[in-house]
Amino acid sequence: MIAPPVENEVVAVVQAAIDKHGKKRDALIPILSEVNKKLGYIPGEAFRAIQQMLHNPAEQVRISEGQLYGLASFYDMLSTKPRGKHVIKFCENAPCHVVGGKAVWDALREKLNLNNGGTTLDSKWTLVTTSCIGLCSVGPVLLIDDDMYGNVTPEQISDILKHYE
Amino acid sequence: MAFYRSHVLVCVDPECLAKGAHDVVDALQDEFVAQGLIDEIQVLETSRIGSCSGGPEMMVYPEGIHYHGMSADDIPFLVEEHFLKGRIAERFREVVKPVVDAELGPLRPKEVRVVLRNCGQIDPNNIEDYLAIDGYQALGKALFEMTPKKVIEEVISSGLRGRGGAGFPAGRKWAITRQVNDTPKYMVCNADEGDPGAFMNRRVLEGDPHSVIEGMIIGAYAVGASYGYIYCRAEYPVAVETLNIAIKQAREFGFLGKNIFGTDFNFDLEVRVGAGAFVCGEETALMASIMGKRGEPLPRPPFPSVKGVWGKPSNNNNVETYSNIPQIITKGAAWYAGMGTERSKGTKTFAVGGNVVKPGLIEVPMGITLREIIFEVAGGIKDGRKFKAVQTGGPMGGCLTEEHLDLPLDYEALTQAGSMMGSGGLVVMDESSCMVDIARFFMDFTQAESCGKCTPCRVGTKRVLELLQKICNGQGEDGDIEVLEYLCHEISSNSLCGLGQGAPNPVLSTLKHFRREYEAHIYEKRCPSKVCRSLIRLNIQEPICTGCTVCARNCPVSAISGERRQAHHIDPATCIRCGICVQVCNFNAISVES
Repeated sequence: MIAPPVENEVVAVVQAAIDKHGKKRDALIPILSEVNKKLGYIPGEAFRAIQQMLHNPAEQVRISEGQLYGLASFYDMLSTKPRGKHVIKFCENAPCHVVGGKAVWDALREKLNLNNGGTTLDSKWTLVTTSCIGLCSVGPVLLIDDDMYGNVTPEQISDILKHYE
Repeated sequence: MAFYRSHVLVCVDPECLAKGAHDVVDALQDEFVAQGLIDEIQVLETSRIGSCSGGPEMMVYPEGIHYHGMSADDIPFLVEEHFLKGRIAERFREVVKPVVDAELGPLRPKEVRVVLRNCGQIDPNNIEDYLAIDGYQALGKALFEMTPKKVIEEVISSGLRGRGGAGFPAGRKWAITRQVNDTPKYMVCNADEGDPGAFMNRRVLEGDPHSVIEGMIIGAYAVGASYGYIYCRAEYPVAVETLNIAIKQAREFGFLGKNIFGTDFNFDLEVRVGAGAFVCGEETALMASIMGKRGEPLPRPPFPSVKGVWGKPSNNNNVETYSNIPQIITKGAAWYAGMGTERSKGTKTFAVGGNVVKPGLIEVPMGITLREIIFEVAGGIKDGRKFKAVQTGGPMGGCLTEEHLDLPLDYEALTQAGSMMGSGGLVVMDESSCMVDIARFFMDFTQAESCGKCTPCRVGTKRVLELLQKICNGQGEDGDIEVLEYLCHEISSNSLCGLGQGAPNPVLSTLKHFRREYEAHIYEKRCPSKVCRSLIRLNIQEPICTGCTVCARNCPVSAISGERRQAHHIDPATCIRCGICVQVCNFNAISVES
């Protein structure tokens, strides 16, 4: 089980993201993406910290926590719930579907005993589907964190997952 | 600017210098003077070309011949062979490994590559590769030989239309943005290529990023913009990285920034990365996302050309549109307009997928027929099956049939036939595809991607999907088709943006061309293509079955019974029609019946 990030750590990550992308309204998505990447998800403290650090009516920058939550819930890649140590993203789109994607997806779900969006009890894996990543010529495709796997067959699933033991 | 027929680039990295690169440069200069070629051929010193291990190294353009291992004494021979006699001096030729590209093979019959011409040919992370093939020359021509008005006129007369799919004339959009009396103005590049199965833009961004950047700079000069954004989807991390490198290099070379080419024209550019939302490919949603908001579309007008990013005039074009621009400026509008039909000019890239022999990325001239694309460029239907339908325009497009195969590739022709050009996804289906299932598949996608802002799209797509699921599950009733049609017309006429307006297209077009299939599902409880699980039956043909027990052992619900070496039997009440038995049977004894 991964311990939830302590508040100081969250504030430090938010501070670093703001330093990198700037105190601007249009930096919100890059900032949220950065926090999501560093912590695996965006905890409630992060929304509070971003709001406090960026909200500045004198400079015409008005931001509420609700707006930030609205952003995080709108974009698929931002998560407001804790995720596993490794996130498996499976492409569920037509080109991968027609070349055997369904069997790979079933194998993944069976192996991890998870449904779409689920996280294993030991917090090791999260399984989600992703929008088309444009690697259709080597489908079925899946991503584990930032690693891409193409031409995946159901039989390869165990071996692929072993790399992350 | 002086014109040279050839450029010789000599590597002057420390390693090559140590091996006598400067002597080679001097010898080349002397020999070109002696042969009277010095006005035709330019000698340049450059950074690393190859590994330097076989240095000195040099590269001869435009042929792109890589020589190495020559000394100053070999230069007279080399100059005579290569530059006077026009023969490659094989003795000194470096055998370079060709760039292997899995997606983009060699030119196929009937293909014409304009947008994809550099992909796989140049190193996208090295601006000098792009410069060597006349990169940024169009920008120079625009800045020094053309007024902004002339640039716009050139783009208008080239006939280039929006390659994002809607087909608005690019030059006219520029003219509108130019006319708006408000500053600053922005250039926006839509690189949010979200259609499943479409990856043409990713290939251009990863393979030839400078063509897009140069197109945007020329556009900025034409419309009077001072800043630009490339909005790229987060699913394309390599494209984002390549773009950032390209922008940095363009800035270092003075193509971006203040006083470009020493003129008073200033323009700079940054990449904005999305966070996973299909609807952000819609221009108003995209601009909302650039400004750090939820990517929800806004009603138009006002159009972005008048009121876009930060409420200012913003010219928005797609990746492919911009990457056409440099060649239109260099080669002229007449060259571009020479390709295509009366109203659709130039070329179009497609990602061909589905049941064809040679799927992949292609670029074809407008006016080519769908039949030529499917049967000649893509090699025809796989496994000798029969063609059934082709889906153009992505999830918001429609399905076209045999009767449309001789239509020329043209924005209006495709729209009239009930589909659209779209950004370039092309899914070919053979007779084994169920059109009701296909409609359900696409509706599942649009329903999930609806941003939820307007009711017809949010609620309507959900209801349509439920109806389609019901029909596929064998629970369709009399009247369902009429409700589907009513709903589809309501959604398309009342939705705010292209996503909702186009969402019913797959349903409407399949209803129009394959109504019989819907009727078979509803009234006869039968899936003619044997795809919809609830409507098929698996049957073991007793004379063929050898009783090997493979099917019984693999059946996940133990629906198959029978003694060893005796014909087996499937219990239809237990069978979930997963089809595993059909796949594992070594004797093709199991038939699928509708």
